[in-house]
Amino acid sequence: MLTILFDGVAYGMLLFILAVGLAVTMGLMNFINLAHGAFAMVGGYITVLLMQRLGVPFLWCLPLAFVGAALLGAVLERTLYRPLYHKPHLDQVLFSIGLTFMAVASVDYFVGSSQQILQLPDWLKGRTELGQGAWMLGMGHYRLFIIAVCAALTVALQYVLARTRFGSRLRASVDDQRVAAGLGINVNVVFLSTFAVGSGLAGLGGALGAEVLGMDPSFPLKFMIYFLIVVAVGGTSSITGPLLAALLLGIADVAGKYYIPKLGAFIVYSLMIVILVWRPQGLFVRQAGKA
Amino acid sequence: MNLADTALLRASRWRWWEVLLWLAALAAPWLLPSHALIVNEIAILALFAISLDLILGYSGIVSLGHAAFFGMGAYSAALFAKLVMPDPLLGLAVGIVSATLLGAVCSVTVLRGTDLTRLMVTLGVALILMELANKLDWLTGGADGLQGVVMGPLLGRFEFDLGGQTAAAYSLGVLLVLFVLLRRMVSSPFGATLKAIRDNRLRAMAIGIPVGRRLAVAYTVAAGMAGAAGALLAQTTGFASLDVFEFHRSADVMLVLVIGGVGWLYGGVAGALVFKLMQDTLSSITPQYWTFWIGLFLVVLVLVGRERLVRPWTWFRGGTHGGKS
Repeated sequence: MLTILFDGVAYGMLLFILAVGLAVTMGLMNFINLAHGAFAMVGGYITVLLMQRLGVPFLWCLPLAFVGAALLGAVLERTLYRPLYHKPHLDQVLFSIGLTFMAVASVDYFVGSSQQILQLPDWLKGRTELGQGAWMLGMGHYRLFIIAVCAALTVALQYVLARTRFGSRLRASVDDQRVAAGLGINVNVVFLSTFAVGSGLAGLGGALGAEVLGMDPSFPLKFMIYFLIVVAVGGTSSITGPLLAALLLGIADVAGKYYIPKLGAFIVYSLMIVILVWRPQGLFVRQAGKA
Repeated sequence: MNLADTALLRASRWRWWEVLLWLAALAAPWLLPSHALIVNEIAILALFAISLDLILGYSGIVSLGHAAFFGMGAYSAALFAKLVMPDPLLGLAVGIVSATLLGAVCSVTVLRGTDLTRLMVTLGVALILMELANKLDWLTGGADGLQGVVMGPLLGRFEFDLGGQTAAAYSLGVLLVLFVLLRRMVSSPFGATLKAIRDNRLRAMAIGIPVGRRLAVAYTVAAGMAGAAGALLAQTTGFASLDVFEFHRSADVMLVLVIGGVGWLYGGVAGALVFKLMQDTLSSITPQYWTFWIGLFLVVLVLVGRERLVRPWTWFRGGTHGGKS
């Protein structure tokens, strides 16, 4: 029982790291980016390939996955995404679906369609058990590691957004782009760096999640809906909204699969529809600001 | 009759080239008997695309889950043929009715919220139905698909043959009937209010159009037509699988519509023609990776600007940077 809760939290944290970049882009630019999963896949594949082919240690791969995905994100933002910021949503949806299809097919072409196995280092393989009986808490070391990394990242993100100069510029640009630009904030640079960091985080999440979620070329399509749920339910105006939504989703998904495997993903999808019909702007929203 | 009336009526009058086009289309199964199968697929895709056009092009609802209704129609028609009776027209009616009911229920969900919310909700509905079809394996055959659907002869006379001539003629006939109905509908005052809602919801509300009700009706009708397309697919292939609910089906149909042009009924038909031929060529060159080229096409299409694609005379106007709007 506690074990399920624990696994759910680990899963939720992972989803949060994967989706937080998306939350920022959507909140920022009102841009519907369905290709976010592709960046996560890039990060995951960087890790897997570096470890398999070059024997790079796991811990080194994580920052590399972050940097790789962030660079890719920056390049794509500058070249492809920026012209689309003010296009209708239909265009954005089509564009990002196209990008996703391309990413899926190219990974399939270059790496192959089989699922990639990630060999974890020994110190992450074990499992610690506390207590006994119904209240036994079994913690996989790797999941513990995921929670620790993600919690650290969340705190860091919250700090950057709330306390630093960059964070206040970012919030200003989100609230009203024109006024922010009028105040001398270079909105383009703010967006570029935010997009890059968001993609990098997705890459990092993909690297961390390669073992838990499974890494194959259909990854962006399979998890697209999960990222979108996190963002749509959590709202895009803060960082705590998506975090809570991700934790909720993670726990609900793990518990649902454990207790009622017959129902599978129903619970998650139905819950999402109910929440969205009830609160179309997401569960945790601030009233002020521009939508 | 005042000026506005004549202008509206003129736009809805049938042109001579439309009649010619449909005559050519209906003759296609006999003129190209060896390609009857692909004619059938094109007709089904065209029907699916024009049903999406009603909600995307005429009502401005971005939906990523239109496959839900397509699949609903496909499964209910296939189940009806397998369990009740194999008459195709009755099966088609069952498919349409079930998809319409589903659409009526789901229409509640698309009335509120932003584009993102609607996207998610429509996608979610398609995923839920896919899970249902997957998990109810005693009824639907689960991941193996629903097999052993045998169709009776059309109108009690024409057997479905292997070459697909009957199937193609049947699908084209249904497409024509529904197209005429839809064409009538979008050029009626009802269609005009839909366009008003799409262009400016607030103003539409202010001049007294019941926005929610109109959108709900449009969504339901579109769902029924998508169900008809699904039913046609299941009947002419004698098979229904989870594939009908897949995400790529919703994405493909959106692409079809965008290729042909949104908010124009022939857009769906033209798009279906181009898309199927493109898919056929690409998948014969690279069977496994043709999605890459479809993706590339989408990206280029959006960057160039999709209005410009269907209007070649604007390509060389206004410099090299596409889509400044």
